[in-house]
Amino acid sequence: MIAESGHYALVLALGLALIQSTVPLLGARWRDAALMNVARSTALAQLLFVAASFVALVTLHVTSDFSVVNVYENSHSLKPLIYKITGVWGNHEGSMLLWVSILALFGGLVAAFGNNLPLSLRAHVLAVQAWIASAFYLFILITSNPFLRIANPPIEGRDLNPVLQDIGLAVHPPMLYLGYVGFSISFSFAVAALLEGRIDAAWARWVRPWTLMAWIFLTLGIAMGSYWAYYELGWGGWWFWDPVENASLMPWLAGTALLHSALVMEKRNALKVWTILLSILTFSLSLLGTFLVRSGVLTSVHAFATDPTRGVFILLILCVFIGGSLTLYAWRASALKQGGLFAPISREGALVLNNLFLTTACATVFIGTLYPLALEVLTGEKISVGAPFFNLTFAPLFVPLLIAVPFGPLLAWKRGDLLGAAQRLMAAGIAAFAAIAVAWAWTYGGATLAPIAIGLAVFVIAGALCDLAERVGLFRIPLSISLRRARGLPRATWGTMFAHAGLGVALIGIVCETTWNSEYIGAMKPDDVASVAGYQLRLDGMTPRQGPNYREMVAQFTVSLDGRRISVMTPSKRNFTTRGASTTEAALLTRGASQLYISLGDTAADGAIAVRIYHKPLVLLIWWGPVLMAFGGLLSLSDRRLRVGAPKPAQAARALQAAE
Amino acid sequence: MTRKQRRLTLIGGALMVLGIAAALVLNALRDSIVFFSTPSMVAEKHIGPGRRFRLGGLVETGSLKRGDNLAVTFTVADGSAALPVAYKGILPDLFREGQGVVAEGSLDASGVFRADTVLAKHDETYMPKDVADALKKQGHWKDDYGTKPTAQAAPAPTQGAVR
Repeated sequence: MIAESGHYALVLALGLALIQSTVPLLGARWRDAALMNVARSTALAQLLFVAASFVALVTLHVTSDFSVVNVYENSHSLKPLIYKITGVWGNHEGSMLLWVSILALFGGLVAAFGNNLPLSLRAHVLAVQAWIASAFYLFILITSNPFLRIANPPIEGRDLNPVLQDIGLAVHPPMLYLGYVGFSISFSFAVAALLEGRIDAAWARWVRPWTLMAWIFLTLGIAMGSYWAYYELGWGGWWFWDPVENASLMPWLAGTALLHSALVMEKRNALKVWTILLSILTFSLSLLGTFLVRSGVLTSVHAFATDPTRGVFILLILCVFIGGSLTLYAWRASALKQGGLFAPISREGALVLNNLFLTTACATVFIGTLYPLALEVLTGEKISVGAPFFNLTFAPLFVPLLIAVPFGPLLAWKRGDLLGAAQRLMAAGIAAFAAIAVAWAWTYGGATLAPIAIGLAVFVIAGALCDLAERVGLFRIPLSISLRRARGLPRATWGTMFAHAGLGVALIGIVCETTWNSEYIGAMKPDDVASVAGYQLRLDGMTPRQGPNYREMVAQFTVSLDGRRISVMTPSKRNFTTRGASTTEAALLTRGASQLYISLGDTAADGAIAVRIYHKPLVLLIWWGPVLMAFGGLLSLSDRRLRVGAPKPAQAARALQAAE
Repeated sequence: MTRKQRRLTLIGGALMVLGIAAALVLNALRDSIVFFSTPSMVAEKHIGPGRRFRLGGLVETGSLKRGDNLAVTFTVADGSAALPVAYKGILPDLFREGQGVVAEGSLDASGVFRADTVLAKHDETYMPKDVADALKKQGHWKDDYGTKPTAQAAPAPTQGAVR
């Protein structure tokens, strides 16, 4: 009964979405406020029904109703409750339902909090939102219905892919989807602006918080995913340039560019056409990401689903939305008035540079991800494009961007003073050279590029601090006044500082981990001692243990430093009987920002076990960086300017609101 | 600067960055992409020693030998040809004899494939896409290799790679 209700709620949501995609547009055309307001009610009702549908699926999973195919295939009655819930989106059907639920959530948020939007703009935005929603409801109902029943229900389920039975999965996909789908709002706003043929600074002020929110979630989602891969897949890597990872990185790069260009548009009313294009591209890349992951065109770490009919359907959605919106753009973009002149060296100029590098970097990732697919389709030749390609293309493009990052906030709008900015960054420059010297002396004879990269990272961090010091007049005026000024700074300025510093922090982590990572791989017997980076790890022994839905072999290691016992680490190897699959549970020991990492391999005939031990210096900075960035985004989001709401635009909108 | 000059500066800058990016991409595509081959393709194409490629096929049953200190050797076959592979390290959880495997590395002077990466992108029934396609092309495909997920039995492919 629950399954049928869930299914029915989903069909009703589709009906509502279809109404929402047409009626408000007619209302906008006829200037009928009542018809335009339909969008608001339908968006909220749609959210209600999708939420009901989602709750139904969660209930089915929690109660282990194996008469439902989706539950049977991905659940097991012995599975812990938390994984029963997270298992809902650990499979294709469930994750698509999560996707539309989040889409409906964002639509509902616009409907609920968009009261200060001009009525026709809101109607257009919600209508576009409903087009996307309708397409995905159809996709779910036709090709991937999670509520299908089995005629003869089995007693036990097939269990969830063991790799996915992890807390990381509870957080990673919803975060990522909040990011992906969040960009649908800026997309809808862009298409609405094109349909209306009108766009102004107020538009940018509405779009920015939504973009920022999506960006925060996407940043955290990617970081979470990377950390999950790092500890769960058991070989210590944190980024593999896997197509699925690239699929999430591309919207992030485009979204970061959008965040910055929307700033120019909001403050200076310039770069309108470009901002619109970026909004469209960002969401298109999110859709592409969904396509790559969900259609099964790639066989990679994340592609859980393989079914060509689905692939074709998503490809169709992709073509219609990307093609349609770009056609609309080509047709209508010239109607948008240009404005806001600026010199090449100015804040705007710096942000254009930022956009240029981010989008170009995004393009190289795009080529690296899709070229193998295109080549295979065209010539049948199979190639793989891996880390070397991206190291040679992506990294060189990011270096000038990172050098430019501290300069941007120090340049004035309209016309900036590069020399002045350079002078004010003197302290950061000195810090960077000091860091290079120290790093080089420390690792004398080692890698030459790494100290330079560390210097660059220090430059980015110190540059962000310099900018802040400059604004509060640190050391130039009495400290108490500086502190008062610091309190009075807009939160967006603090946000910029944290986000830019986060970039530098992540870079330090990346450089240290890749350059000074030490590892030990070998077969160990009980009482053997391995030493890695000054730590001695003694294998005490191995004990079998029974988990809720698996059996595991736990190895116990005693870790000591200079003969002093520090801690015990217990990596294990799990065997999931239902699927006959095994996973490796790595053990992590955090020391400051560095980590020791142990994962187990096979047991040999003579009782020795293959062991891989890594010491990863400052590895945690890789994820602290994005967390700082997201925190900066959050600060920026709480800025008064964005809470107060946008100023009322031209009279046309006011006239419409009077009719409300 | 006039409006026109400003615009030209912007466009010039943009073209320069795009040009650099294009050069980087072309350079990287020439040097750093890795081709996929099966043992019989290796024999046909006479791939020389030292050139990196991905080798895919089935691990021949009974060919897996473990040496000292995690060194392993096994044979990868695709029905018409076979190639010995040497690897040092921990094999992925899903590595098994008689099943599909993809290894990355290069041939040494004696014709042994020295793998530095072994990927096992499959579970009991699922095959790596590359391997399945190659086997199908050569007519060595057995239907039970890649039983398509049906409503009654749909194993999700478990995937992993080991460096």
